[in-house]
Amino acid sequence: MKVITANFVTCAVKECKTSAASFPLHFHDAELEQQELDFQPEFIRNVLPRVDWDSLRITANELGFPSLPETKPEGDALNEEQTLKDLHRLLLETQVIEGKLVCGNCGHQPWMLPPSETPNHVFNAVRGGSKKKEKKRA
Amino acid sequence: MADQAEVYEEQNVHEVYQQIAGHFSATRYKPWPIVEKFLQGLTPGSVGLDVGCGNGKNLQVNRDVFIVASDRSENLAKIAVQHQPHSAVVADILHLPHRDAHFDFAVCIAVVHHMSTPARRIEAIAEILRTIRRGSDTQPGGRILIYAWALEQKNSRRGWDKGDSQDLMVPWVRRAKPGSGEEDQTFHRYYHLYESGELERDIEQAGGVVVESGYEKDNWWAIATHKHDS
Repeated sequence: MKVITANFVTCAVKECKTSAASFPLHFHDAELEQQELDFQPEFIRNVLPRVDWDSLRITANELGFPSLPETKPEGDALNEEQTLKDLHRLLLETQVIEGKLVCGNCGHQPWMLPPSETPNHVFNAVRGGSKKKEKKRA
Repeated sequence: MADQAEVYEEQNVHEVYQQIAGHFSATRYKPWPIVEKFLQGLTPGSVGLDVGCGNGKNLQVNRDVFIVASDRSENLAKIAVQHQPHSAVVADILHLPHRDAHFDFAVCIAVVHHMSTPARRIEAIAEILRTIRRGSDTQPGGRILIYAWALEQKNSRRGWDKGDSQDLMVPWVRRAKPGSGEEDQTFHRYYHLYESGELERDIEQAGGVVVESGYEKDNWWAIATHKHDS
């Protein structure tokens, strides 16, 4: 899962949506991987206004990137190529490939696949996503 | 009752897509014209959803927006995840893992017709509407584009038309490779075929307002927004 995606997902449980504690979800035991992607400076510049910066700082901190500025880069700062490149690297190229995403309200852990099972890691937000496994075992 | 419908869809929709994901994906590569137009018309930097994204074919259309795609089938979501700069996750349309009133747009293409009761189809549309930005005096609200298979398609290969049953099982045949010694396998998926005007009615009941609607390639489609901001 890309770091940017964490900025746009929350707990799948309905009752949690009204609780401020359900966003952002919190990464636990996250394992990271860099995936090189085409650098689109315009994309970063355009999408950044839609990013919840405070939540991104929380996420980045949990993933071991504690040095994000306190305020979102705006105006001239968005013309600095290095700033855009850094954001590109963090938001799009940094992938969480293993770990848990925990809701601060209900403690539910949307389940993520261990990397050994698949090359493409998808965040599973279906409640009871692991239930099926238990069923099969029974 | 809701539980029953859920179990029914698990067996007759989700499991089937899990099984046919690879083959299904290989036959779905081109976005439909109305979908393409809708996605191309978005302001760069818009952030939205593709609910029931399948193999992610609609994620190829616009790289200037950011889409969080989702599908109930993990096998399909894993195929969709390759389309950059977007994302794909596994999620249930009735419990989307997204905040209220947050997104600029959403598309839901050929998905709600897999919900097996009228109440669940309306609930699915309401859940998508929930995630979309509300409008204000200065800014229009987010928009959603929904497609559903039409009952009226007498010129299609299937040949259904007005008066035929709207709820049916549609076969998917996976041909075995010649000489492989394997047999062809047939899977059945549940569909509710929408009749003329029904998609618009469902959207209204879900709390939406239809902005534009029409018929394309054996499907009814509608663009909608929230009731309170038009």
